[in-house]
Amino acid sequence: MLNLVWLFLILGGIAVAACNGRIDLVTETIFSAANDGVRVCLELIGLMTLWMGMLEVARQAGLIRLLARLVRPLTVLLFPDIPPQHPAMGSIIMNICANILGLGNAATPFGLKAMQELQKLNPRPDTASNSMCTFLALNTSCIVLIPATIIGVRVATGSANATEIVAPTIFATGFSMVFVMVADIIWRTYLQGRRRRPPQC
Amino acid sequence: MLALLLGAVSRWAIPALICLFLLLGWLRRVPVYEAFIQGGAEGFMTAIRIIPYLVAMFVAIKVFRVSGAMELLAHACSPVLRLFGVPAEVLPLAIMRPLSGSSALGLATELIKTYGPDSFVGRLASVMQGSTDTTFFVLTVYFGSVGVRRFRHAVVLGLLADLSGLCASVWICNHLFR
Repeated sequence: MLNLVWLFLILGGIAVAACNGRIDLVTETIFSAANDGVRVCLELIGLMTLWMGMLEVARQAGLIRLLARLVRPLTVLLFPDIPPQHPAMGSIIMNICANILGLGNAATPFGLKAMQELQKLNPRPDTASNSMCTFLALNTSCIVLIPATIIGVRVATGSANATEIVAPTIFATGFSMVFVMVADIIWRTYLQGRRRRPPQC
Repeated sequence: MLALLLGAVSRWAIPALICLFLLLGWLRRVPVYEAFIQGGAEGFMTAIRIIPYLVAMFVAIKVFRVSGAMELLAHACSPVLRLFGVPAEVLPLAIMRPLSGSSALGLATELIKTYGPDSFVGRLASVMQGSTDTTFFVLTVYFGSVGVRRFRHAVVLGLLADLSGLCASVWICNHLFR
C-alpha cells in the first residue's frame, strides 16, 4: 500500500513536471528535500533524547504502570491483545494526552516509545500487529482540545476571535476518533475473523 | 477569557509535566539522573533510525508538490467537492494535510492570511488544520522506528481518520459559520 502511494507521488510528480516544463525544479527539489529530511531528524534528536530520558524516569517511578492501570476498562475494549498493566499502555496514554493538549513535539517521542513496547509483544516483527494499527488510528484521529499552533496563526493574523475555532475542532476530532475506533473494532471482529485470525497481538 | 485559559494550559503543560516526572522519581528514590541518561541514549538511537524513512517521505512529497501535480489533483476534484460545500481554495490543504505537517501548516497560514482569519475560508482552514493529522508522517516514522514493513490496515484507518475529520470540519463550519 505504502509502496504504491510512494511510487504514485514520485512518478506522478515527475510526469507532471515533465509536461509542465519544470523538470529542472524537480532535480533541485529532490536534493533539497533529502537534506530537509535529515535536518528534521537532527532537530528531532534533541527532543527525542530529552523526552525518552524523562519517560525513563517516569517509568522507573512507576507512573507509566499507574497510568496503564487507570485506563484498564478502555484497554480491554480497544487493545484486547495487550496484557493488563503492560508498560505499552502507559506510553500509549502519554502519547494520547500529549496529542489532546496539542503538544506535538512531545507526542512523537511518547508514541515511538509505545511502538517499541508494542513491538515486544508482536510475534511477527516485520508486520504490524492489531494493537499497532489501533494505536496509530487512535493517534491520528485523536480528539484535540487545544489546537495551539493554529490559534497562534490566527492571533498573528489579527483575528477578532482567535479561539472560536476551538469548539468546531473538538467536535470534528471527536467525531473522527469515534468513527475510526468503531471502524477498527468492526475490522478486527468481522472482516479479519473470516481468515482464521492470522497474527495475534 | 477562553483564549487566556487555553494559552496558559499550553504554556504550563511542558514545565508541569517535567516537574511531575522528576518530583515523582525523586520521591520514589529513582536515580533520576542515571535513568534520564539511560532513556536518553535510547531516544538518540531512535531518532537516527528514522532518518531514511523521513528522507523517502520528504522527497516524494516535495516532488509531488513542486511539479504542480498537487494543484492538478485539487483542480480535478474541485467540482465534486463544491457540491458538498467545500470551497476550492481549501483543497490543496486537504490533500497536503495527511502527507506533510509543515507544508500543510504553511498552506493553512497562507489561506488564513489571504482570506482573513474571520472569513469562511479562514475559519474552515483553521478547523481542518486542527482536526486532521499527518497520517503518512506518523505511519512512516512510527513503523520505521521499530522496523515494521507491512502496515496492514493501519493505512486505511489513518486515511479514514483524516477523511472523517475533514468531512466533520466541513459540516460543522457550514453549520456554524455560513
